[in-house]
Amino acid sequence: MTAAIAVRGLEKSFGDQRVLRGVDFEVEHGSIFALLGSNGAGKTTVVRTLATLLRPDAGTASVNGFDVARQEADVRASISLTGQYAAVDEILTGRENLLLVARLRHVPDAADVADRVLERFDLTDAANRRVATYSGGMRRRLDIAMSLIGAPRVIFLDEPTTGLDPQARLGVWRCVAEAAAQGATILLTTHYLDEAEHLANRIAILHDGRILVNGTPAELKALLPPSRVEYVERQPTLEDVFFALVGDERNPTTDSGALS
Amino acid sequence: MTARFAGDTATLTGRSLRHIWRSPDTLVTTAVMPIAMLLLFVYVFGGAIDTRGTGSYVDYLLPGILLITIASGIAYTALRLFLDKQAGIVERFQSMSIARSAVLWAHVLTSLVANVVSVVVVVLVALLMGFRSGAGVLDLLAVAGILLLFTLALTWLAVIPGLTAKSADGATGFAYPLIFLPFISSAFVPTHTMPGPVRAFAEHQPVTAIVNTIRDLFAGQPVGGDIWVALAWCAGLLVVAYAFATATYRRTTTR
Repeated sequence: MTAAIAVRGLEKSFGDQRVLRGVDFEVEHGSIFALLGSNGAGKTTVVRTLATLLRPDAGTASVNGFDVARQEADVRASISLTGQYAAVDEILTGRENLLLVARLRHVPDAADVADRVLERFDLTDAANRRVATYSGGMRRRLDIAMSLIGAPRVIFLDEPTTGLDPQARLGVWRCVAEAAAQGATILLTTHYLDEAEHLANRIAILHDGRILVNGTPAELKALLPPSRVEYVERQPTLEDVFFALVGDERNPTTDSGALS
Repeated sequence: MTARFAGDTATLTGRSLRHIWRSPDTLVTTAVMPIAMLLLFVYVFGGAIDTRGTGSYVDYLLPGILLITIASGIAYTALRLFLDKQAGIVERFQSMSIARSAVLWAHVLTSLVANVVSVVVVVLVALLMGFRSGAGVLDLLAVAGILLLFTLALTWLAVIPGLTAKSADGATGFAYPLIFLPFISSAFVPTHTMPGPVRAFAEHQPVTAIVNTIRDLFAGQPVGGDIWVALAWCAGLLVVAYAFATATYRRTTTR
């Protein structure tokens, strides 16, 4: 069984700027893989190449067993892409956005599918409002909801939480977990370390066009010298304070805040 | 594949028509400027313009005004495409398994519908101002055909700035020369009073041939050789614009 995503020796330049200098990684079926890196590291270029929007200069990449350069149509039929900026139609309502994608994906019972997705992504109340009135977090949730329609095998999420406030970020994280629960393979890019740690089964750090390390969160942590035991006063983080004040909407499994 | 192309194009056209339906101001602004020109030229300048006994001035003027209407209408086509591209919506569609050209055709069909509506509005205003036509059904069909061909050609031309512009102003700016082209043609005044070089330009640019043809058709008179010149200009522009637009689309969407 081949991997859901396999990338070997991927290179891409724009003019004389070498963005990717030989990228290798594989993503197992049904897992969440985070590509972690600072801005300009080449994360978006990797995603756009895998989504058939860019042609690689060298190397190969396959998605769901199809070559991204030679079997573009099969790749596109297997994937969905949520780009860096929520590509939702502001003039349409949330529901109309979902129906549009459902029709373009040739999903039978588009209306039912749209209603179910609205429900799962907590957008039912806003379904018939124009997207122009949505908050950043709602747009992102709608954006990801659009990606799930038609049950794509592989989902690309390019910086799904950039620019969102902490609560909206948690909402998006739950959506990503929802998507993974459907059995899709997810590749997400982020420059937030905690996001990668929280969501991903495996993390690869992309820096300067190359993968520096690739492993499970535990493996990455083990790369540094073993932790020493120190006693420090436990100060609430500002995030703890924020959630204590506005009401905690985080998952019950996470640390529920030092002040409560 | 063709069934999918038709289905996807219909879905996407429905989407952009809904945009227009929700902001009909683009249709209104498209029609307002030509109507203002119509009023200005008929009621202010028209009395002093000698069109050599070819009936009322509004009859003389309307064909040129219709071309101006279309030229300003396609600026919105470029703008709509630019906004879709800028918002990443074109890219989202590109990454889906849909017929790729459906994205462009949806904008083109929407442009045709929007321009037909604007043209009809301008014609209705002209009728109120006393425009009358002695044209038969076939003549009117010929006028509609020429205007549609002209719209289609300019729409594919508008696709190019829509895809390549860096700003909304850049996307719509290309339309201004097109809007002013009728001024140096037979659209407002007969060309024979113009000085030599201007007259030479006026008589050999597409607007004059198209305007003269439509004017003859509206008047129910036999059309001269102008109709072939008009059709050749429109068809030639259509082929060239289509080729450049689709090449630009391929170039700007897969790098």
